[in-house]
Amino acid sequence: MQAGLRFEQLTNEEKHQHFMERINRGEKIEADDWMPDDYRTSLIRLISMHGISEIMGALPEKEWVPKAPSLHRKLAIMAKVQDEMGHGQLLLRVAEDLMAPLGKTREDIMQDLFSGKLKFHNVFHMEAPTWGDAGMIAWLVDGAAIISQSMMLDSSYGPYARALKRICAEEVFHAQHGESIILALAEGTPEQRELLQDSLNRWWTSLIMFFGPKSAKETGNSNADKNIMYKIRTKTNEELRQEFFTKYIPRIWALGLTIPDETIHFDDDTQMWIYQDVDWSEFKQIVSGNGPRSQDRLDLRRRSYDNNGWVREALAAQKAI
Amino acid sequence: MNNKTTNDPEKSALIELIYQLGDDDFILAYRGSEWLGLAPHIEEDVAFSSISQDMMGHATMYYHLLEALGEGEADELAHLRNPEAFRNAILLEKVNGSGTYLDKPDYDWAFAVVRNYFYAVHKQVRLESLRLSSYGPLADAARKIITEQYYHLMHWELWFKQLVTSTEEAKKRMFSAVETVWKDFGGVLTLGPSYSEMVKAGFIEDENLMKKRWLNRIEKMFQETGVPLQGEPLIESGNGRKREHTQDLADALATLSEVYATNPASGW
Repeated sequence: MQAGLRFEQLTNEEKHQHFMERINRGEKIEADDWMPDDYRTSLIRLISMHGISEIMGALPEKEWVPKAPSLHRKLAIMAKVQDEMGHGQLLLRVAEDLMAPLGKTREDIMQDLFSGKLKFHNVFHMEAPTWGDAGMIAWLVDGAAIISQSMMLDSSYGPYARALKRICAEEVFHAQHGESIILALAEGTPEQRELLQDSLNRWWTSLIMFFGPKSAKETGNSNADKNIMYKIRTKTNEELRQEFFTKYIPRIWALGLTIPDETIHFDDDTQMWIYQDVDWSEFKQIVSGNGPRSQDRLDLRRRSYDNNGWVREALAAQKAI
Repeated sequence: MNNKTTNDPEKSALIELIYQLGDDDFILAYRGSEWLGLAPHIEEDVAFSSISQDMMGHATMYYHLLEALGEGEADELAHLRNPEAFRNAILLEKVNGSGTYLDKPDYDWAFAVVRNYFYAVHKQVRLESLRLSSYGPLADAARKIITEQYYHLMHWELWFKQLVTSTEEAKKRMFSAVETVWKDFGGVLTLGPSYSEMVKAGFIEDENLMKKRWLNRIEKMFQETGVPLQGEPLIESGNGRKREHTQDLADALATLSEVYATNPASGW
């Protein structure tokens, strides 16, 4: 930047260059800093999707909160789901700050969720018919989330990086809670082991999908590439998926469970896991709101939103006084 | 599972009291957990689920006291008793609204606020008395619980105040919920048939004294916020302290023990 020239007087290209220099130096961008429009929109897309996924993600587990099979498990799953809601709240606050200059609020986030414009993670569109699924979600879905979120701990956007620090710390407890449920079932009766294996069979494809397609070829967009350029994220979807395999496949095998993919193995030459890829058109269908439980769960939220309309009005009237 | 009986009337009264305390918190915590994801806003979802979790923790403490008194394992007390063995007040077992927590839950936030606020005031009064209980383990538990209870009470009091002093619709819904809850709140305030034994042994104070304290606090709030006074709280739907219950409790117990009951002997 030329000395004496005020930042506001720079052209957009110069501002952009200055911005790229900042993030390349490893500086953090804050909510009130200048940022390119597509950086802002990328962040809003990513963080509101993440936030709303935490909130929608509470719903499949919520199905098991009242049914958790001991007082200890009841307390643990209540604490866990409460944490997820808390993460959702924290992230929506970050997204709200980014949306404010565009004249948008949380109301827009909720309406976009209801209309299907704002998507949430594929895993939370799926069925969770047994207690084994409550364990599987906490163990492997949260385990996958830790891997994908940890790479953004050093995100160029400061408020997101800070929120993720707290979220990741809590997710570690969730994964342990999940692992504890899984271990109890794995060491239990033949019926309990079967419950567990069924659940793994049910979740495996969703877990592969969780990290997203290998490249833009499958989805036709390049959000991941842009996020890497802007140092919002640091790894590709496939790198994250491979990390997940490396961490969890040995553990799954150690429990005596079978992964429902006969081809899966570690290839010494390429140092990569070879696996059966999934049908990415199905993924697209699921995240577009056509998964087995997408509409049921959205209906729960819509219904509570409608039922509580009078409460929002009452609170707004209170604020106005 | 049958409850052990004892010939010692004092011990029976103590056990009876702790069942009331544990079952009240247990069933209302369960009702709270059904609200998860359905509260009026996300901040409330976080706060409400934290409160439900605390209450479930309080129930667990009481069930452990019963375990120590030879009533069986805490998990069995929570998951395997028949509805006829529960001593919670009927008001606390009532459903949150129509539908189930999984299917078309048309839950009533006014009812939730009033039931929880009234209960929180009573729980506070009851814990203040239990802190001085002649049964040491109960007094210790009460001292621990009251530190969390303070925040629950603040939370529900704020909701109550805000909604009864806001829009006409909010007032109408809240006043109607007050009337509904009033019809059965007498069932929360009573200590049941063995009440004189409980009081004589110094486990807890006279129920009439506690009822008066509760009424004083509630009527003070009503006067401050313009809610019509209601007279004496009633016990219309039956007395849970006498083990009278509704289908709502049977349904709730079937749900909350669904997994455990498939194999109580196994680890979960």
